[in-house]
Amino acid sequence: MKSLNNLNKNTKRNMITYGIVVAMFVFCFVYTATGAASNLFQGILVPICVNVILAISLNLTVGILGELSLGHAGFMCVGAFAGSIFSVMTSSSIESAFIRFPLAIIIGGIAAAIIGILVGIPVLRLRGDYLAIVTLAFGEIIKNIVNNLYIVKDSSGLHMLIGVDAYNNMEFDPLNKNVIVNGAMGITGTPKDSNYIAGFILIAITLVVILNLVNSRTGRAIMSIRDNRIAAESVGINITKYKLIAFTISAFFAGVAGVLYSHNLSSLVATKFDYNYSILILVFVVLGGIGSMRGSIIAAVILTALPELLRGLSDYRMLMYAIILIVMMLVNNNENMSYYKEKLFGGIKGKFAAKKNQNDGMKGVS
Amino acid sequence: MAMLEIRDLEVNYGAINAIKKISFDVNQGEVIALIGANGAGKTTTLHTITGLLKAKSGSVMFEGKDILKMAPHKIVQMGMAHVPEGRRIFQQLSVYKNLTLGAFTRKDKKEIEQSLSMVYEKFPRLEERSKQIAGTLSGGEQQMLAMGRALMSNPKIILMDEPSMGLSPLFVGEVFKIIEEIKASGTTVLLVEQNAKKALEIADRAYVLETGRISLSGSAKDLMNDDSVKKAYLGE
Repeated sequence: MKSLNNLNKNTKRNMITYGIVVAMFVFCFVYTATGAASNLFQGILVPICVNVILAISLNLTVGILGELSLGHAGFMCVGAFAGSIFSVMTSSSIESAFIRFPLAIIIGGIAAAIIGILVGIPVLRLRGDYLAIVTLAFGEIIKNIVNNLYIVKDSSGLHMLIGVDAYNNMEFDPLNKNVIVNGAMGITGTPKDSNYIAGFILIAITLVVILNLVNSRTGRAIMSIRDNRIAAESVGINITKYKLIAFTISAFFAGVAGVLYSHNLSSLVATKFDYNYSILILVFVVLGGIGSMRGSIIAAVILTALPELLRGLSDYRMLMYAIILIVMMLVNNNENMSYYKEKLFGGIKGKFAAKKNQNDGMKGVS
Repeated sequence: MAMLEIRDLEVNYGAINAIKKISFDVNQGEVIALIGANGAGKTTTLHTITGLLKAKSGSVMFEGKDILKMAPHKIVQMGMAHVPEGRRIFQQLSVYKNLTLGAFTRKDKKEIEQSLSMVYEKFPRLEERSKQIAGTLSGGEQQMLAMGRALMSNPKIILMDEPSMGLSPLFVGEVFKIIEEIKASGTTVLLVEQNAKKALEIADRAYVLETGRISLSGSAKDLMNDDSVKKAYLGE
């Protein structure tokens, strides 16, 4: 009975989170379907979905595993390029976007997960600040490798080269040369398969997977490592394994977000995935509340929409953005504020609870 | 053959030679006390046995198997539970989740359920607070939780590290009562304590650790009457 009550509380909390996502989707759907939506609104929907997925996936590493990762954009980069390369190469053979895009997403996610494992094995030996700095370094390494990557298809097959010298020294069949990834110029011609409906479906999948993971045996093991590493080891949890599971799943969904991102743009360059982007994702997580998936979603939506909404301020746009960010952080972190919040929402909650009790009481009588 | 045999164990802690070739045995059903001053190497010894620390040389045999190079989670699976020093509980998880994590290596749900009711019987307070977040428990309750969590793995042997440290006299009495109960149920206990008097009262045998070496050993009764032990650890 006791465990049942615990479960109910969790389920209820998760239902609210799912409800928010569904409500957001219904709003977007109705708003765009009626034609009332501006171009700006429609243009920002996919980036919002991308950032929401990134925020949820990073929250798994930061909030649930309790390790600060500053290389999340690196995994996104791997996913974005892997997905785009697949789509560009198969755009002539697989014509239906309904088949091609899901495959691209799976390939992007798996590619990012593989890099996640490769990076995770050395990185997860470290802890705290050291881990954060090394993930930052790995994120930059990934970005730079992709920035120097050339993939060329010609009559003798597929060539993968790293570095502009290697590309210039290589002799291709000039008649049949097709450059897929062109180093710092990136990849062009990705079919525009992304839309906000796909984005919301992916948010829902990410949420279901991660919320279920958190409430599972595996999730408890991951949280126990966060709470106390020595105690976790002492109860028989293989900490390397569970840390790697969390890190890899987090990287997988970063890759998925990358595919969604890259299929929204006609050309993609690796320099977009620098540490600024990683920090931005971390800001979503911290502002939304570390460990709170719902908070991450809300913060990602607000902070992605904000720069667009502030466009009217032209030159002062990013200045205002920074000021608003500071104010939001201060307000969110203020004890007095949380007291008022409690008072405000606690009052509403209290009324509901009172009503419910009343109803229950009446049921008992009848 | 003893249940746990430590032979010529040598452990370095950074550049410091923390444990210098110690050997001791723990037999089935015994309560063994490992006493000594701060920095004598008690915790290091326990951590090396449970695999949290790597040894330089020597051997640790548990039920005839060398566990020195085994991973900690494999050692727990063999039936060794460890109550770490300083009430290391999972602060942000509920009491109930803390306890179920104690049974992480077990698969049979019915048996886990049985262990849970056994733990609740031993620590009624934990049942009252099963939904509470563990970090909000009092120090004594957290120690109870750490002990209860160790019992959840249904261990053959429990290694306890300073279970009475920082507790009020009331809780100290409670902790030692529980260790006696654990012993009565047939589980072996290796107890590391600074509270030498209490430890020697409930132990069968004891080893005195001094700067990484075993300086004295024998039955708890003999040690309690030993002049040097009296002077150094019992304050008489």
